[in-house]
Amino acid sequence: MADQTLPIGGILDITPERQERLTLLEWLHGWVVTVDHKRLGVLYVVYGLFFLLVGGAEVLAIRVQLAKPGNHFLSPETYNEFFTMHGTTMVFLVGMTIVFGFANYLVPLMIGARDMAFPRLNAFSFWLTAFGGLLLYYSFIGGFGLYGMGSAPDVMWWAYAPLTEKAFSPGHATDYWALSLIVMGFGTLGTAINVLATAFCMRCRGMTLLRMPLFVWLMVVVSGLTLITITPLTAAQVMLTIDRYLGGHFFDTQAGGSAVVWAHFFWIFGHPEVYVLVMPAFGIANEIIPVFSRKAIFGYPAMVAASVGIAFVSLGVWAHHMFTIGMTSVGNTFFVLSTMMVGIPTGIKIFNWLATIWGGKIQFRVPMMFCLAFLFQFLIAGLTGIMLSVAPWDWQLHNSYFVIAHFHYMLVGAIVFNIFAGIYYWFPKVTGKMLSETLGKWHFWLFFIGFHVTFDTMHFVGFMGMPRSIYTYEANRGWNTLNMIISIGAFIQGIAVLVFAWNMVRSLRNGKEAGNDPWDAWTLEWAVPSPPPEYNFATDPEVHSRRPLWDLKHPDDPDWKYE
Amino acid sequence: MSAIPVMPGPEPWELPSKGRVGMLSLIIGECGIFTIFVVAYVFYIGKSLNGPTPQQVLDIPIFNTICLLSSSVTIWLAERQIERGKMKAFAALWALTIGLGLEFILGTAMEWDKLIRGGLTVRTNLFGTTFYALVGLHATHVVVGLIGLSLILIFTLTGHVSERHTERIQVFALYWHFVDAVWVVVFTVVYIVGR
Repeated sequence: MADQTLPIGGILDITPERQERLTLLEWLHGWVVTVDHKRLGVLYVVYGLFFLLVGGAEVLAIRVQLAKPGNHFLSPETYNEFFTMHGTTMVFLVGMTIVFGFANYLVPLMIGARDMAFPRLNAFSFWLTAFGGLLLYYSFIGGFGLYGMGSAPDVMWWAYAPLTEKAFSPGHATDYWALSLIVMGFGTLGTAINVLATAFCMRCRGMTLLRMPLFVWLMVVVSGLTLITITPLTAAQVMLTIDRYLGGHFFDTQAGGSAVVWAHFFWIFGHPEVYVLVMPAFGIANEIIPVFSRKAIFGYPAMVAASVGIAFVSLGVWAHHMFTIGMTSVGNTFFVLSTMMVGIPTGIKIFNWLATIWGGKIQFRVPMMFCLAFLFQFLIAGLTGIMLSVAPWDWQLHNSYFVIAHFHYMLVGAIVFNIFAGIYYWFPKVTGKMLSETLGKWHFWLFFIGFHVTFDTMHFVGFMGMPRSIYTYEANRGWNTLNMIISIGAFIQGIAVLVFAWNMVRSLRNGKEAGNDPWDAWTLEWAVPSPPPEYNFATDPEVHSRRPLWDLKHPDDPDWKYE
Repeated sequence: MSAIPVMPGPEPWELPSKGRVGMLSLIIGECGIFTIFVVAYVFYIGKSLNGPTPQQVLDIPIFNTICLLSSSVTIWLAERQIERGKMKAFAALWALTIGLGLEFILGTAMEWDKLIRGGLTVRTNLFGTTFYALVGLHATHVVVGLIGLSLILIFTLTGHVSERHTERIQVFALYWHFVDAVWVVVFTVVYIVGR
């Protein structure tokens, strides 16, 4: 019967045999040649966390430079390189890798499969992504090129033409940028294909599409969106490379090419990319909030529909990044309205999360705290987004610190907070050890305070007219104190991340044993030992509802009676 | 210890083929790349600052197009042969597909040779840039397809492919059908709309 088809710890002894001690070389070799989705998932996340430290160090240098007026902590050239590398690193090397790392690790476990659909493609995709990152950072030493000018790319992460053309950016720094994004684009494409094939074709018996955990649903939507958003970027980078190496004229304004076309191509990728990053964060919240509210998710079908809806709407909003470039009034109106429409499905999500928490027995554990902070911050980020969607308002505040505050509220306040929540939640599954709650709470409060000190204040300097990406400013603008406060907040966040890193290292060595199911959760990954054996499930599981472990733990009141 | 009183009866459990889903996903992604190149081509029609223009130098490659499109028919016939286990007929039709694809690539090479001799390169003007980029992107896909087709032919002739591999062959054929379908778009845009 059902309790035998689901391998829950204790019923079936599937603890792997104790492994012999490996030499360092054998251990390393094992990680390099692995095609196991769990190991690749861990590689992705570790790689992403490493670059989180790198990108964080870059931005701290930027904040020191901006802490007081007329500062010369960095040279202007280095400053440009640092904010370009900060943006590129955080989006492609931190956001994308951690998001797809979570997908790699969790999607097969959650749908009761033994691996991804194409394990070798999976490994190939990871190593492509890893190589792309190395290529980007190699530009610091290898980017000098023929003219001995520049080192790292310094064209901002959106790399507007014609600045990127050979005439204005000589040397090879921009080439490293373009090539590394092409390489990483193919890596991401491979993973997206893999996630889709896994979710559609590898589900265990009884796991119908509408019984998949919402995290898996969100990753399906994200992967589908990736297929049609990363590829325009790849195409645009190929065009840029043709311009730079073969003397083409795609974005060469002197030969009739158009710089506006680059802006369109970039933002056709760039805006949906934000949703590619934030929807996995929704997925994490969808798993954590119900478990720590001790209630099933409210409005499951509405959540699925809203996710698909966001993906569709997000494809038609890109030009709201370009109101100041100049469009027809019809174009402006279209993109104002389509951007405002994003608020409808995201609003549905927020209300569903609130309804899930409502009346629940809330447990304020670290993952839940990060998720609750996410809820409020995501709401505010959405509201400033609606403000910026109004074209006249955008004309006023475009390229100001208000915009920086808005999208960091989304990228840090929503995405990074939920990535932390996800790490606290699934770390016990991956390693078998709990992260320390005390250090976790220090991490949360420091990061929360630092976040608000920095990014709340940024809204105000934005209102006061401080433009983004400037090297320094004059003392009589009235921005001095606020900039100092922003920089202090940035350092508080830096300390919080160090506390987090220390927590990981310490808990790995002597954390509390986690057991199979430390949070009393309901999805399939908690049915296997922590860490899971290489084959995941000893026997193929079979599910009858959205919460298979609830059914097992409460045979008198199973979910499948009501769904 | 049957704790759960009533279980829903065993439902039939069938899932789509992962090869097909994977290949369809790849094709959707490829559509993204081609869309951007096609949009760039269409946007830059008539925006070149100097000649030559498409009207002056482009000839419509009718024979090439017929060859490539009929290769979609031959590969479809080959798929039907392997389904029935007729390996000799499969190999013959597969080889014919490769021949038609090769003809297409040779035709493109000769067209490019003529154009370059006539003074049209990537550097010449916007038409040159967008023409070589879009047609070259498609030709790259044809070359990748030909490499795959040839590998499968080699494996067939050495007896490593049998009826059991029908599905894999059909998944690969999806890619070839896609390359042919894209040519219809490229042909329309470059040789009809843009000329």
